[in-house]
Amino acid sequence: MKRYLAIYRLTARNSLIREMNFKLNFLLWMVVELLWFLGQLAFIEVLYGQVDEIAGWSKWQVVTLVGVHQIVSQLFQAFFYVNLAALPELVRTGRLDLMLTLPVDAQFAVSTRQVSFDSLVNSLVGVGIVTFAMMKLGTVPGPMQLALFAVAVPFGVAVHYAVMFGLSCMSFWFIRAQSFIHGYFNLFHIGRYPEAVFGGVFRFIFTWLIPIILVSNVPAKVLARPFESPFAGLATLATATVLVLVATRALWLLGLRRYGSASS
Amino acid sequence: MTATLAKYLKVFNVGAQNTFVYRWNFILRSVFGIVPLIGTIYLWRAMFGADPGRQLSGYTYSQLILYFAMSIFVENLVTPTDDEWQIAGEIRDGKMSFLLLKPVNYLAYRFTLYASYRLLYTAVLLPGIALIFFVLREHITLPAHGMTWLAFAASTGLAALIQFFIAYALAMLAFWILEISTVVFIVFSIEYFLSGLVFPLDMLPPWLAAFVKWTPFPYELYFPVQVFMERVGGRDLAIGLAIQAGWVVVMWLLAVGLWRLGLRRYQAVGG
Repeated sequence: MKRYLAIYRLTARNSLIREMNFKLNFLLWMVVELLWFLGQLAFIEVLYGQVDEIAGWSKWQVVTLVGVHQIVSQLFQAFFYVNLAALPELVRTGRLDLMLTLPVDAQFAVSTRQVSFDSLVNSLVGVGIVTFAMMKLGTVPGPMQLALFAVAVPFGVAVHYAVMFGLSCMSFWFIRAQSFIHGYFNLFHIGRYPEAVFGGVFRFIFTWLIPIILVSNVPAKVLARPFESPFAGLATLATATVLVLVATRALWLLGLRRYGSASS
Repeated sequence: MTATLAKYLKVFNVGAQNTFVYRWNFILRSVFGIVPLIGTIYLWRAMFGADPGRQLSGYTYSQLILYFAMSIFVENLVTPTDDEWQIAGEIRDGKMSFLLLKPVNYLAYRFTLYASYRLLYTAVLLPGIALIFFVLREHITLPAHGMTWLAFAASTGLAALIQFFIAYALAMLAFWILEISTVVFIVFSIEYFLSGLVFPLDMLPPWLAAFVKWTPFPYELYFPVQVFMERVGGRDLAIGLAIQAGWVVVMWLLAVGLWRLGLRRYQAVGG
C-alpha cells in the first residue's frame, strides 16, 4: 500500500510540472469547463422560470445538486479520466505491454498515470456553488451531514471510475472504442437531475446496473434535503458501487486474457 | 462539368465507405445518445407534474417531446462529428501537401465528405430513429401543411451549411496553433446551449431571446425544428430563412478567408 502511495505521489508531481509547461492550455480548459457550468446554471434558471418546483425540489436544491455533480465528476476527471480515456489507445497500439510488466497491479498502473490539476480547480468551483446554494437555502450543515457527505463523495467518484473503466475495457473487443468514451458523458449527463424525476424500468437500470443517478443525488440530498433520511440512499449507493467495481474488475481481467499485444 | 461531378461523386463514395466501416461506432454512439433524451423526457414530465394538460411557454407536454425528438433527429443529420478534427489533423501532419496536389478544391472536397458522412450516418441510424418516434408516437404530430416540409428541408439544408462552415473555419486555426481542441470546445459549449439542444430558446427571457435571434446558433438546430413544428410561419418564416442564409454566407466567407490566409503560412512539416 505504501509503495502505491509513493508511486502515486511521483505521478502527481510529474503531472503538475507537465501542466505548468502549458499554462495557456491549462487556463483555456478551465474556461471551457466554466462556460459549461454557467450554461447548466442558466438551464436551471430557465427551468425555474417555468415552474416553482420539480418533483418536490426547489431551485436552490437543484443548484446544490448540480454543484455536487461538478465536485464529484471533476474529482474523477482530476484523478482518472485522462488515464482511462487513454486505455483504448494503449490496447490498440500494444503499448499496454509496458504497463503489464510493471511490478504493480496493472489496473492501478493504467488508472493512475497522471493527475489533471485543472479539474481539481474546477471541483473547487463546485464547492463554491454548493456553498452559495446552501446560503440561499438558509441551511448550515451540521458535522454529521458533512461527515456523511464526505463518505458519499468518494463512492460517487468510484462509480464514475468504474463506469468509465468498463467502457474503456471495451477496447479489448472493439478496435475503435472512441464511441464508448463518448458514452461516459452521455450517461452521466442525467446524473444532474433529481432522482425523484425518474421512474419505471430506467430507474432500476440507472440505480443498479449503471448506478449513475445516485452518484450526485445521494451526497446532494445529505446537504440540501436534510429532512430526508440519507441512510437508505447511502446504503444503496455503497452496494451499487461495490457491485460495479467488482464487475468492471472482472471485465478487465477477461479483457486481459483476450489481449494479445499488437506488434509482437 | 460532368467530369467535376464524377470526381466529387467518387469522393462521396469514399466518404460513404469510410462511414460504413465504422458503422458499429455510429450505432453505439447513438445508443448512448438516447440516454440524455430519456433523462430529458423524465425531467420535463416532472416539470408538468400533476397537471400534464397545461402549457409551459406555449408548449404542451407532447409538443415538448416532439421538440426534443426532432432536435435529436436534426442534430444527427447536420452536426459534424469528426470533420474539424480530421481537417485540423491534415493541416498539422502535413498531409495537406498531398491534397493540394490533387485537382480538387479542398473546401468542396471536405464538404462532399461531410455530406456523405451525414447522409450515410443518418441512414444507418434510421431504424433507431424510427423506433424512438414509434415509442413516442402519441406525442408526434406531423406538419399540417405540405409547404412546411419544403421549408423544413430548406432550413435544415441551410443549418447543415452553417454547421459545416463553422467546423471548417475552426479547423483552419490549425494553421496557426498546434492544439485547436480548447477553441473547438469553447465554441461547442456555446453552440450546445444556444442552438436549442437543451431547451427551446423561446423559454429564454425575452430580451435574451431577442439577442440570441441574431446570432448564428439558433439557425444550427432550433430554427429548423420550429419550422417543422409550425411554430413559425408567414413573415417570420421568411425573415428567419433570410437570417439563416445570411449566416451561411458569413460563415462561408470566414471559412474561405481563413483558408487563404492559412495557406500563406503553411509549411508542410515532415510532409
